[in-house]
Amino acid sequence: MAYSQEVLARFRNFFIEIGELSFFAHRYFKEVFSPPFEFKELLRQCYQIGNKSLLLVGVTGFILGLVFTLQSRPTLMQFGAESWMPSMVSISIVREIGPVITALICAGRIGSGIGAELGSMRVTEQIDAMEVSGTNPFKYLVITRITAATLMLPILVIFGDAIALIGSAIVENLKGAVSYQLYFGKVFNALHFNDLIPATIKTFFFGFAIGLVGCYKGYFCKKGTVGVGEASNAAVVYSSMLLFIIDFIAVFVTDIFFEI
Amino acid sequence: MKHEINTDPVLQIDSLVKSFGNNRVLNGFNLKLYEGENLVVMGKSGSGKSVMIKCLVGLMHADSGTITIRGKDITMMRPQELDILRTEIGFLFQGSALYDSMTVRENLEFPLRRHKERLRIRESNINLVKEALENVGLSEAIDLMPAELSGGMKRRVALARALILKPKIILYDEPTTGLDPITAKEIIELMRTIQKKYSTSSLIITHDVDCARVISNKIILLINGVNYIEGTYKQLVQSTDPLVKAFFK
Repeated sequence: MAYSQEVLARFRNFFIEIGELSFFAHRYFKEVFSPPFEFKELLRQCYQIGNKSLLLVGVTGFILGLVFTLQSRPTLMQFGAESWMPSMVSISIVREIGPVITALICAGRIGSGIGAELGSMRVTEQIDAMEVSGTNPFKYLVITRITAATLMLPILVIFGDAIALIGSAIVENLKGAVSYQLYFGKVFNALHFNDLIPATIKTFFFGFAIGLVGCYKGYFCKKGTVGVGEASNAAVVYSSMLLFIIDFIAVFVTDIFFEI
Repeated sequence: MKHEINTDPVLQIDSLVKSFGNNRVLNGFNLKLYEGENLVVMGKSGSGKSVMIKCLVGLMHADSGTITIRGKDITMMRPQELDILRTEIGFLFQGSALYDSMTVRENLEFPLRRHKERLRIRESNINLVKEALENVGLSEAIDLMPAELSGGMKRRVALARALILKPKIILYDEPTTGLDPITAKEIIELMRTIQKKYSTSSLIITHDVDCARVISNKIILLINGVNYIEGTYKQLVQSTDPLVKAFFK
């Protein structure tokens, strides 16, 4: 009896959280287009989220390209299909692996960072201080961060994809004596706008989800240092889950509207 | 401390009630703050002092009762109206609440961003910041980050930030908590200087008896969510009520 009540309470809390997150998103869309606009803070957040993630995304993308090519090579060689390597790697990375892996990395770096920053601001009454000074903290803190994450993630994904393809090209050049010109020629032959456009569109949603969940968890952080830790942790867990849900929907929609 | 009291209070609370679940923290609390007055609200930890002061600036919504600031009932105000009214109130937070990611200068400039034009303040930001920092004796800290400041310095910078829009009412939430006795005395002295210089009305939430003795014109003891007793420091010290004596012994 007690167990079933606990399960019911958890379900109820889950749906309450979904409802609150929806209200939070609704408030974002309601306030994002109304003045005053915090352009300076938006640019600062773009720098923090975009520029400061470049190294991490670059290194991960490079290793992803290297490993993916190294692991796939023996199997393709068994079928005498090494020449398909550039097309296979490029399509996989651009359509799916690049966006998802980059978004997951950003959920870890950006989502937890936003959750912890806003959480500690809430705990130390900095958000209250902004409100008391007559400034809307939602506009200054939340709208700028969600917008910056939404705008920066596609750029990071494109950057990560490019570095991953460079990593793959290096392996092909060293192991298969394929020239860089030939490799990238095959990559560009294999890729079409139908691969690039849906993959890029979904990264805007990935960025929005990471920013939204991070801000929501931090903005409504419980009191104390434990609350900040929980906010940071929950921001990563929830946004990662949300990324897969968005990815599933995106693939489903792409399948309907784009010829794959 | 000598002061003149006008007939209309600048800040008035009537029958304020606030509960958290089944826990009724404020149970019909009343307060009147007059122009130029330093009113101290004392009470045990968890007695609802901070909740009351947060209701005053709209950070929490009261369940019932009215809060009138300079003749306007804030419980009925729209957020935009409340933002404008808030510029007439300075608030010193218990933990200073300085913005970690900004320098002292940026912290002080922050309230000016939205309201400088509306308040018709013609001075440049830097002059206003310098003036506010001079008032608290911290001109040299202008380019420091909050992490580089001591607890007392943070409290002074927070006070400078609360003063930057030249408010007529200042709310202090535990201004001396967490400070050593010497720094606490310096902060109290600073509060007195500011009150004299800008003729502000102050509402001070504290359980520091020394602070109450030095600065108060009147003290309200908040117990079980209501005004338990009111009077001057001298009157309360002479009270024979055991609860009051426990506070002032």
